[in-house]
Amino acid sequence: MGGYILKRLVSAVPVLLGITVIVFLIMALIPGDPATAILGSYATPENVAKLNADLGLDRPLWQQYFVWLGNMLTGDFGTSFALNRPVLDEVLERFNATLVLAGTAFVLCAVLGVAAGVASASNQYGAADKLITFVVLLGISIPSFFLGMMMILVFAVNLRLFPVSGMWPIYGDRDLSALISHLTLPALALAVVATGVIARLARSAMLEVLRQDFIRTARAKGVPERGVIWRHALKAAMVSIIPVLGIQAGFVLSGAVYIEIVFQWPGVGRMLVDAILRRDILLVQGGVVFVAACYVLFNIAVDVAQGLLDPRIKT
Amino acid sequence: MSLYSFTRRGLLAAGTALALAVGGGSGAMAQTPPGVLIVGQIAEPKALDPAAVTAVNDFRILMNVYDGLVRYKDGTLEVEPALATGWEISEDGAEYTFTLREGVTFHDGSAFDAEAVKFNFDRMLDESHPYHDTGPFPLAFFFSAVEEVEVVDPLTVKFTLNEPYAPFLSNLAYPTGLIVSPAAVAEHGAEFGRNPSGTGPFSFVEWRSNEAVVVEANPDYWDGAPELEAVVFRPITDANTRTAEMLAGGIDLMVEVPPVALSEFQADPYTIHEQAGPHVWFLILNAKEGPFSDVRVRQAANYAIDKEAIVNDVLEGTAEVAAGPTPPAFAWAYNEELEPYPHDPEKARELLAEAGAEGAEITFYVTEGGSGMLDPIAMGTAMQADLEEVGFDVTIETYEWNTFLGNVNPGLEGKADMAQMAWMTNDPDTLPFLALRTAAWPDQGGFNSGYYSNPEVDALLEQARVATDQEERARLYKEMQAIVQEDAPWVFVANWKQNAVTSDRVENFSLQPSFFLLLDDVVKN
Repeated sequence: MGGYILKRLVSAVPVLLGITVIVFLIMALIPGDPATAILGSYATPENVAKLNADLGLDRPLWQQYFVWLGNMLTGDFGTSFALNRPVLDEVLERFNATLVLAGTAFVLCAVLGVAAGVASASNQYGAADKLITFVVLLGISIPSFFLGMMMILVFAVNLRLFPVSGMWPIYGDRDLSALISHLTLPALALAVVATGVIARLARSAMLEVLRQDFIRTARAKGVPERGVIWRHALKAAMVSIIPVLGIQAGFVLSGAVYIEIVFQWPGVGRMLVDAILRRDILLVQGGVVFVAACYVLFNIAVDVAQGLLDPRIKT
Repeated sequence: MSLYSFTRRGLLAAGTALALAVGGGSGAMAQTPPGVLIVGQIAEPKALDPAAVTAVNDFRILMNVYDGLVRYKDGTLEVEPALATGWEISEDGAEYTFTLREGVTFHDGSAFDAEAVKFNFDRMLDESHPYHDTGPFPLAFFFSAVEEVEVVDPLTVKFTLNEPYAPFLSNLAYPTGLIVSPAAVAEHGAEFGRNPSGTGPFSFVEWRSNEAVVVEANPDYWDGAPELEAVVFRPITDANTRTAEMLAGGIDLMVEVPPVALSEFQADPYTIHEQAGPHVWFLILNAKEGPFSDVRVRQAANYAIDKEAIVNDVLEGTAEVAAGPTPPAFAWAYNEELEPYPHDPEKARELLAEAGAEGAEITFYVTEGGSGMLDPIAMGTAMQADLEEVGFDVTIETYEWNTFLGNVNPGLEGKADMAQMAWMTNDPDTLPFLALRTAAWPDQGGFNSGYYSNPEVDALLEQARVATDQEERARLYKEMQAIVQEDAPWVFVANWKQNAVTSDRVENFSLQPSFFLLLDDVVKN
């Protein structure tokens, strides 16, 4: 097993290097440079040249790349032009906030989605099924940023049940209840679409299973209906639901960008959007490399876990 | 009935979660405390070091933490004493001697004196200064005329310029001229931008990244302690979210209200503040080649575009029609006699016919948005329709802001006939000097991207720059405006009125023509 993990880690190195090259080139090739963005109206060629030199951007591209890569290997991601603070500090702080938001949304959509799917399936074509199907379709159809704005309007502005934006109160304690009150609306808005997808899938997976012989056997044995559905059928249906949960986790993480902008959530998605508009090269590069490295490591972890569960995968 | 029990349990769980959230929520949403003003800003500041930043968004905080040697008089763009109590200008206009205010200390306790002033300008301008590496200082060229700063005695400091430079005083009133504490720079080095110390009405407390910058009243402020206990600047980048925060009571003061949201705040308990500022929105016309090389075609474009409709319908009254290249906010230098080009399609058609330019094909650069650009796509579309109405054939090309600048600043030659642009400046000299002179063509490092050239205008601007008498400067600028309006190197479109909304708990607030946010007299109940 150790050899397998090592092999996977080694194979990740060229992937990560490739990512650094692509990210670096994209930021170098898009039009506009940080000096122009910083100087705004005053970006005369002379001022731009001077500021670029001050920022170390006048060196040849390949030199810039190796300096950046070398620094990164020693843990120095550089300093953001626009925020004037170390890139790594900013990225870690922001990534943490994104994990809180996307993690909560993922738990919400997994639990609600599976529950709705099961409830729908166990009552096929009944009133509950029709209602759930309708709500789920509605959820899938509404863009999350629009839903977010509507939720702000209703629950924060009109009813004043929740704060409009941010992750923490401006003053007052930073405790769990403060976090929950700030997290509720954005997490729900982010979870809605994925909940719908999971619910649709869980419903059909359950219907498939409920038609099988072992369910009839369980019912014939006199297992209560609740046990049949939750213990026997759901367990079997989870086999096809779990891979979808994995895919939806990715969607939730990337969908967080819109929600972070609408709810002013201090996450990594909003950070990257702001950084790109400001041509904050080091922050974009550092942020993307960090997130990409996390994806790669996460994938290795999943593969390893699967390998542990199923020795056939380990080839 | 198994499902029923599940639902019941689910309902219970959901109810508990909601109660918990609402319970937590009501605590977090208690009314904002009196004496503490919460300001909704448009972005996270870059740094709180006045020499290192360029954005109006950052200036809004800085002006409350620092003072300059001089400042703009309340409600005007004329300079008055601040940390300097007075100054003398030498006969030839190249030496400025300032007398400094006595007994002023920085927030960190160190004394403000002539050495501190010298430190500030040397740090920005002298590459061998030990703290020059706390930069870069992108706007240091505001003071590029300064040759030497000399400490005459602890309360007297003398600036020697390499040539007479009339905008010097108003550049000192600009945030780049704000005075920072040398002791704090020495202590924090490159981190000074996150640990600011000045002499202003508010002193820095904390900066929570992406959440808030908090400043508190400086009880020893030389110009009288502020009424507020503290100010919290919150960055809220999305304009809709900022509006929602204002409506929900999460902020007390909101800047840059989007035109479409203004109607939300028309009634009690809100007050809308408006103030025209030194801003001008215009179209650069390519005078070097193509149809706009003929002055009649340039004038035709000015007659063709319905500026009233753009200002009232597209911008919902958040701007006024511009008459010439200088905004009216520069009251002393503004030529009151200029009338904007009226909307006169008939006249435009005549001029086009005269020039034989009917059906002229025009490539029009439009941006998606940028500093001071207001609502550029909607404005661009309206202009396209107006121009086509009189017989132009206009093709729009749209670019993201930084890409747009990268296309426009090097000059329009060979690319486009017309481009949107907007400027906010602190002195009537800046924009015409950088964007209308022959010596400011892009290949010479200026912003005259449309290659306008008129020796008369060049001469007037050179004279105005070295004149130290304000009346003489005013006369020269007014003459320049009349000529430029007639020559029409630009389509003069609009002067933006900056706006802000306050709740009924905020008193004594007013916006400044400088677009700075001054909070030392504001009261919050």
